[in-house]
Amino acid sequence: MRLTIREALLSFRRAPVLSVLAVTTIAFALFVLGLFGLVAVNLRGALTQIEERVEIVMYLTRGTPVEVVTVAIGDIDAFPEVESVNYVTEDQALERARQQLVEFQGVFDDLATNPLPASLEIHLKPGFRDSRNARTVAQRLSGFRFAEDIRYGSDWVAKLDRLRDIAGVVGLVLGAGFAAAALIIIGTTIRMTVLARRREIHIMRLVGATDGFIRRPFLLDGALKGALGGAFAIALNYGAFLAVSRGLFQAAFFSTEQSALFVLFGTILGFAASALSVGRHLPSA
Amino acid sequence: MIRFNRVFKAFPKGSLALKDVSFHVAKSEFAFLTGHSGAGKSTVLRLIYADELPTSGTVRVSGFSTANLKRREIPKLRRRLGIVFQDFRLLEDRTAEENVAFALEVTGTRRSVIAPKVMRVLAQVGLAAKAQAYPRELSGGEQQRVAIARALVNDPLVLLADEPTGNLDERATRGVFQLLRDINATGTAVILATHDLDLVRQAPYRTIELQDGALVYDSAEEDERHEGVASQ
Repeated sequence: MRLTIREALLSFRRAPVLSVLAVTTIAFALFVLGLFGLVAVNLRGALTQIEERVEIVMYLTRGTPVEVVTVAIGDIDAFPEVESVNYVTEDQALERARQQLVEFQGVFDDLATNPLPASLEIHLKPGFRDSRNARTVAQRLSGFRFAEDIRYGSDWVAKLDRLRDIAGVVGLVLGAGFAAAALIIIGTTIRMTVLARRREIHIMRLVGATDGFIRRPFLLDGALKGALGGAFAIALNYGAFLAVSRGLFQAAFFSTEQSALFVLFGTILGFAASALSVGRHLPSA
Repeated sequence: MIRFNRVFKAFPKGSLALKDVSFHVAKSEFAFLTGHSGAGKSTVLRLIYADELPTSGTVRVSGFSTANLKRREIPKLRRRLGIVFQDFRLLEDRTAEENVAFALEVTGTRRSVIAPKVMRVLAQVGLAAKAQAYPRELSGGEQQRVAIARALVNDPLVLLADEPTGNLDERATRGVFQLLRDINATGTAVILATHDLDLVRQAPYRTIELQDGALVYDSAEEDERHEGVASQ
């Protein structure tokens, strides 16, 4: 094991230019992939914010007793799709209207009776904030006798659905494209470093080293280069994130777990690319 | 110890590199393998160290047979052999000592054993004073001595040398040849592939000659025949 580590580290000392070049190439390949990841993370964040505004409002028939409403709130709250139910009384509705529609202040003052109905505002859980679930819940709500009217902005929720679908497909295709490009670049880079040491591999085989023994330092070396490239790419992405956040708009960065996963991804790619490249130099004879 | 039994080796394109080659090299023997370039000398050596497998026939080396040789056994087979090439095949970025030690390290030898063993073989090949030199700082003859030291350090039963003097001047050639004879004198068998007939004439060793992949002359068989004639 000690020899494996020593040989892997020596490859950096023996071929510093090639090693730095390999790490840099890997870093930039992953940097581009990371940029795409940042766009995806921020887009998803924005979509989630919009989704939070998906709300079903059930207007209640005038004169519905509070006890009946309270029981109904309990029932609705138990729906698997529902996150919260908020009861807005007729008075609260009028108060809100007063605050929000200041220009009609006079009209509200002249009212003899409150024309606004009481309502239940229903928020859906994340994952259910789409038109299909909103419609299902709305249909279920229409079963209540005191339901006067139910609204959930079906048009814009449908548009949100479409936006989410498009973002999903585009993300998948672009993401796969960027990941494939990074894979090819990293594979080629690592292959170059293995190729530079094929003489060593040849000599190891001649003096009777086992395949596993020959492979190990290369795998460690590849994994190390992948990890360094991944860490370097995260740093580059952070730089890009800072530049955008300060200069253009408030953006989000990867979470610590996502960053760690990113470095792990680089490590695995480096490892796999090494395994493939060394395999070519270990003929099956 | 090394036995070729009706060995054929075809190139990927179909032409034959070796045609029906049979011979036996005994323990501690010294044998020249001669023939023009392309006669099949290197193929014979590659079959011995299992870099190639015969298309038909069997090659037996020190208890291993190509008839049932498993991939994981190849390293074990090679540890019983020492191999030397015309172009030395040293690692340029390691000293003479490190090049020799490398052969022990990759076979998992304990560290405490490595240093004294390396110094012993470097002394044996006359290079103890240049242990710290890099290959580029050594002459061709010296580089070949380092390669021989690397081949010897695992105490092989056989030393396979593929045109070891091909890149050397006459003086270095004599030195390397003498070194191989000394090694043979200690009980290690040596198979020396060469097309240098002057070298072959220098010593009364067995000679196996290949021509276009076929064995056309084996001095050991010739000797047997003479003995047969003499006894009749």
